Amino acid sequence: MLTFVVRRVLQALLVMLVVALIAFTLFRFVGDPINQMVGLDTSIAERAQLREMLGLNDPVVVQFVRFVWHALQLDFGISYQFKQPVVALIGERFPATIELAFVSALLALLVGIPMGVYTALHRGSWLSTVFLTVSLVGISLPVFLTGILLIFLFAVTLGLLPSFGRGEVVRIGFWTTGLLTASGLRAIILPAVTLGLFQLTLIMRLVRSEMLEVLRTDYIKFARARGLSERAVNFGHALKNTLVPVITIVGLQLGSVIAFAIITETVFQWPGMGLLFLIAVQNADIPVMATYLLLVAAIFVAINLIVDLLYAVIDPRIRVEARAA
Amino acid sequence: MTDVNPELPRVLLTRRPGRLAAFLDHDLVYSLLHSRVTLVAAAVTLTIVVAAAFAPWIAPYDPFDLRQLNLLDSHLPPAWAAEGDRRFLLGTDDQGRDVLSAILYGAQISLSVGLLSVVLAAVVGIFLGLIAGYAGGALDSIIMRAADVQLTFPAILIALLIDGTIRALSGEGRNEETAFWVLVLSIGLSSWVQYARTVRGSTLVEKNKDYVLAARLIGLDQTSILFRHVLPNVIGPVLVIATINLGLAIILEATLSFLGVGLPPTEPSLGTLISIGNKFLFAGEWWIAIFPGVTLAGLVLAVNLLGDWMRDALNPKLR
Repeated sequence: MLTFVVRRVLQALLVMLVVALIAFTLFRFVGDPINQMVGLDTSIAERAQLREMLGLNDPVVVQFVRFVWHALQLDFGISYQFKQPVVALIGERFPATIELAFVSALLALLVGIPMGVYTALHRGSWLSTVFLTVSLVGISLPVFLTGILLIFLFAVTLGLLPSFGRGEVVRIGFWTTGLLTASGLRAIILPAVTLGLFQLTLIMRLVRSEMLEVLRTDYIKFARARGLSERAVNFGHALKNTLVPVITIVGLQLGSVIAFAIITETVFQWPGMGLLFLIAVQNADIPVMATYLLLVAAIFVAINLIVDLLYAVIDPRIRVEARAA
Repeated sequence: MTDVNPELPRVLLTRRPGRLAAFLDHDLVYSLLHSRVTLVAAAVTLTIVVAAAFAPWIAPYDPFDLRQLNLLDSHLPPAWAAEGDRRFLLGTDDQGRDVLSAILYGAQISLSVGLLSVVLAAVVGIFLGLIAGYAGGALDSIIMRAADVQLTFPAILIALLIDGTIRALSGEGRNEETAFWVLVLSIGLSSWVQYARTVRGSTLVEKNKDYVLAARLIGLDQTSILFRHVLPNVIGPVLVIATINLGLAIILEATLSFLGVGLPPTEPSLGTLISIGNKFLFAGEWWIAIFPGVTLAGLVLAVNLLGDWMRDALNPKLR
């Protein structure tokens, strides 16, 4: 078990190092950092001095080591366009994105699982057909289009919900939350639905196919033979066994949630990291882009690592394989 | 036994099928003609593709011709609305452009970007996959680890990064003519991994077969073995991936254009049109955004259905 953990952690570190190299290359070689930092009236001598001061004349390897060292201390430089430390910019917007991702994932689970169970138990009923058709449309509809349609329906036509921003937020320590105020709760509904719709369809289809598979197994037949109620068989035995893969997929999907958050945040002007990243791309603000890349990579790698390790805990076969290898 | 068993495959019943009959008997065509959903999807795709390809001849107006534009015609609702104008079936946008014409031209651009980027991704993926599978060793490790790292990130993020990088490299004076190719490059390079993995897998199987050995024995050089003998045998699954990825590429293009890093308003794709229309949604002028949106959704849905059908029809396990 220990060798398995060590090997997986080393692999994760290697991936992070590669991503750091990409981020560093972006930072160092795409455009001249000095030109981005100073104004037009800075003399060549001053530029050279700044270059020396920032260590841009050192060997590239030394610069890379320094970049990684600074990154480990959460120092990612200064944004070209906002003239503020990137860490502060991202830290400000981090809670907004995490709250949005969390609420949308919760929504997808709470609605997607029952829908999946229903379509598996009542195959061929008209409601199942409706669910499946809707899910196909949901997969084909680009995220931004879903957002626009929801805004058009609920904000413009019906005037029920706000179409942009986060509403009032409450500050708790370094964390700002919109989940404690009425306007904040109202503001999160449309973005969360937009972001959650894709996952919802995915979860629904996954639960459905897993349920159909489990319902065919012998232990379900045996449970029926024992005279257990339909309810106990369906929910106590069948659903329980479908949830492991569902939770894995939801965990791994968290990454694409963050990516789709870029789009959702833009449509709803949600003040999160995705919107920050998009503005950075539009303005070629490399430090922000590089930091966002590193952060997303760290989240991805951490999730993958946790999922792998959890698997090893749950499934003894993986442990045995790891020992043999 | 005069009765013919109706369960027997038709191939056994017909003697000497003609060319047309043989074509109609092919699995692909058979499954296409026997699925109503797929037929509708094919019809929708064909209609949009043909309409887009012949946009200059079909469209009532040329949305790029400034002489045809009249600001007095701007913000007109669709023809059937109370204030609609019969000249503009689906209404006009803020510059007096006919929405229907803009959609036809926009679909042309969306489809071109989608197709070209899928071709680029396939070429890059096939090339790297072939090399990785055939050469093995360190080259294989490097290519496949790069694929692993890239696969950790969603395509939209990679495409945004490539786009942002090119933007930074080309400086402030980035002209609008290059936007099209920047987009093709970003989308193409963000989705090569799937092709590379598939092709590598089949190459690993093919390279140990006798025909490769025979080709080596008669002294063919590695390049022609790889591209003239192995390649034709590994290309089948690539076509399925390409069809499925076409829908994704069109969505990706529309998303990037909507986010403002794709095609400029002077050369609008469906995504750009939706982005323009989005600004007028709050004023109740829904037609500018909704019609291109419906076209986009319909196109992607139809292409996805075709991709699903192709995957099932070509999958030997499902026959």
